[in-house]
Amino acid sequence: MGKVSRRVGMAIAVLALGVAALPRGVRAENEELRRELEAMRKQLKQMQEQLEKQAEINQKQEELIRKLTAQTTAPPAPAPAPAAAPPSPPSQPAPSAPAPEKPREPWSPTQPITILSGARGYLNLSFDALMDFGWSTTPDVTTIERGDHDPLQRGFTLPNEEIFLDGAVDPYFKGVADLVFKLDENNETEVELEEVYLTTTALPWNLQAKGGQFFTEFGRINQQHPHAWDFVDQPLVIGRMFGPEGLRNPGARLSWLAPTPFYSEAFLTVQNSHGGTAFSFRNADEELFGRPPLERRVRNPGDLLYAPRYAASFDLTDSQTVVAGLSGAFAPNASGPNTRTQIYGGDLYWKWKPPWQAGGFPFASWQTEALGRRYEAGAATLERPGLPTVALPRETLFDWGVYSQVLYGFTQRWVAGLRGDWVSGDRGANSRSSDSSTTMTTASSLAMTAPCGCRSSSCSARTRLTSSNERERRHHGNDPTIAQHEPSDPLDGPRAWGRRQAQGRRDHSRPRRRRARCRGR
Amino acid sequence: MEDPHFVDAKPSFIRVVNQADVLIEGGAALEAGWLPPILDSARNPRISAGSPGRVVAAQGIRLLEVPTQLDRSMGDVHPQGNPHFMLDPVAAKTVAQTIQTAFCAVDGARCPDYEVGLRRFRDAVDAKLATWQAALAPLKGTKVVTYHKDFDYFFERFGMEVVGTLEPKPGIPPSPTHLTELIPRMRAEHVRLIVIEPFRERNNPDFVAENTGARVLVLPAMPDGKDAPDYLSLIDSDIRRLVDTLRAAPATS
Repeated sequence: MGKVSRRVGMAIAVLALGVAALPRGVRAENEELRRELEAMRKQLKQMQEQLEKQAEINQKQEELIRKLTAQTTAPPAPAPAPAAAPPSPPSQPAPSAPAPEKPREPWSPTQPITILSGARGYLNLSFDALMDFGWSTTPDVTTIERGDHDPLQRGFTLPNEEIFLDGAVDPYFKGVADLVFKLDENNETEVELEEVYLTTTALPWNLQAKGGQFFTEFGRINQQHPHAWDFVDQPLVIGRMFGPEGLRNPGARLSWLAPTPFYSEAFLTVQNSHGGTAFSFRNADEELFGRPPLERRVRNPGDLLYAPRYAASFDLTDSQTVVAGLSGAFAPNASGPNTRTQIYGGDLYWKWKPPWQAGGFPFASWQTEALGRRYEAGAATLERPGLPTVALPRETLFDWGVYSQVLYGFTQRWVAGLRGDWVSGDRGANSRSSDSSTTMTTASSLAMTAPCGCRSSSCSARTRLTSSNERERRHHGNDPTIAQHEPSDPLDGPRAWGRRQAQGRRDHSRPRRRRARCRGR
Repeated sequence: MEDPHFVDAKPSFIRVVNQADVLIEGGAALEAGWLPPILDSARNPRISAGSPGRVVAAQGIRLLEVPTQLDRSMGDVHPQGNPHFMLDPVAAKTVAQTIQTAFCAVDGARCPDYEVGLRRFRDAVDAKLATWQAALAPLKGTKVVTYHKDFDYFFERFGMEVVGTLEPKPGIPPSPTHLTELIPRMRAEHVRLIVIEPFRERNNPDFVAENTGARVLVLPAMPDGKDAPDYLSLIDSDIRRLVDTLRAAPATS
């Protein structure tokens, strides 16, 4: 059908040319005009014949291809059973289509040409931009906003503008690249290759491998990009354990989808264990618990980061789903020559969305993550001019934290959220931050979202308003209110199913990060 | 019964897709919001794009409203055209044919059974189609307004005309500006019917109905397992409701 109509389109174009040429012919001679017309008619006829022939050849070729495909893909099938054609030629009529369909509209130059699309493009492309407006009672916003993609100053911040590309590399691999641009406090542009990885699509035994640089599959929020969070800033405990940029590094991951009657998947990630993106590990840039960091080299495979995770999900009813997971991350740390860090985490997510939902509303969700850290701190002697020398012993430190958030999508496009988080004081931390206090914050959020869910490129816009209040034993009264507008596309995978999370707050247990080093997450 | 545009990619779907031999997707990007991540995690080469086990129902369907220009300012426009073609029974026959072809390619041994099934479905649709067309023949040319653009194929098949939607643009909730423009237009065109799906809110449809004298008719767009357990009974009951409502609603001036 497509071929026929295409021919019609061409014929019209030729005729139009003929008409345009007529006036000159009239002015000359009728005889000549007739002859010209005759010639044109002949030409046209020839063209039509040629096209018809071509169409016939095409059809024969298609048939041949279909037969061949059928033979190779389904040998036991009786000969005429053609294999399902790939989805790319949508115009191809089903063999012996039952009812006479109307012919397709003739092709015209204004018809769309798919370059990028969710279903069958070479590449999915999206640009996700975060734009923050923030204010707080403290002039130094970075003391309370720990995340690298949190608002950084009173006024406006563009903390995370990312270009996200994904698509199939070949029949066996899918590729993802995430390039992040951000403006720092001095309005310098920082660029970061945040994630680049390949995922296998056809490994046997329900296995899937991933390789490249990627966020470690630990808990829920660590795997999500900031534009997918429900609150403007990151949770306090995430900042404390994984730093401003989250846990991610070059590495590889293997996962196994278990053949259980419910969703059940086990992951093992092995990654490099150094740098600011391995915050609690071999991080030579950060002074944790007062220990000046050492440059530690990788001596054996045990010095890499190992992160196992298990996640399971149950549909309690048609409208309620629960996802739960346990994660761990183990690697050496930089506080001594033989010291290691262990981080454990548990996460729970519940979502209610009734079958009568329209546009994804109403819904309610609850998400909680708890993380605990066992930090072997090496012995250190601190000498500061004018201050007495302090000897810090080798010791094992524990700290932990939790955040919990509830979201309620009460009417189409409107979501209200409330989050609370708590982190323990750092037991045994160095003398300079001797407060053994706990820190609590609460954040409330109101978000307006544009519809999302129809295409995988440039999908949604959200405006989030988060206001938070932090209480800590020695400091009171920071009330930052952060508004953010974010035209974005939350490309979350199913493990990041549903909505996402939020917030973050001050942490006095460690020295303030050096902003200049901060990189995007 | 769920709003098909906003299905959550639940982890339990991963397990189901992982074990499937055939995946039938509506196509025309109806599932683009949630199916791709499921497929990525399902690691099932039998149903990967281009495999015999991957069926795109939209294949071979003449899609309406293929956009000639496309960007997000136009709302939730599907780049390949309006994906709600299943409500046209003739299109459903084409889809059944597509599915049968795929089943035969995947499971050749039982191909004769699938052919029988296909023939039975086609005959049933053909038999019903005559009844349906007869029932709706007196209503030919009737103008209706729908909430979303998901009954266009249905009304086109039965010769009725969709003259507007409550949504200003696909997927964008009704706005006062749009409704104040729509109401006089509905009055001028003597629109007697507002068709909405069961999951829609009622405030805006009722408001428009009050101001135009039109009736609100709730028509399921998908089999619900109760009143309309399968496709044929769905179309059957939709047409019955349509006829009953329009018979009861006197023409407004």
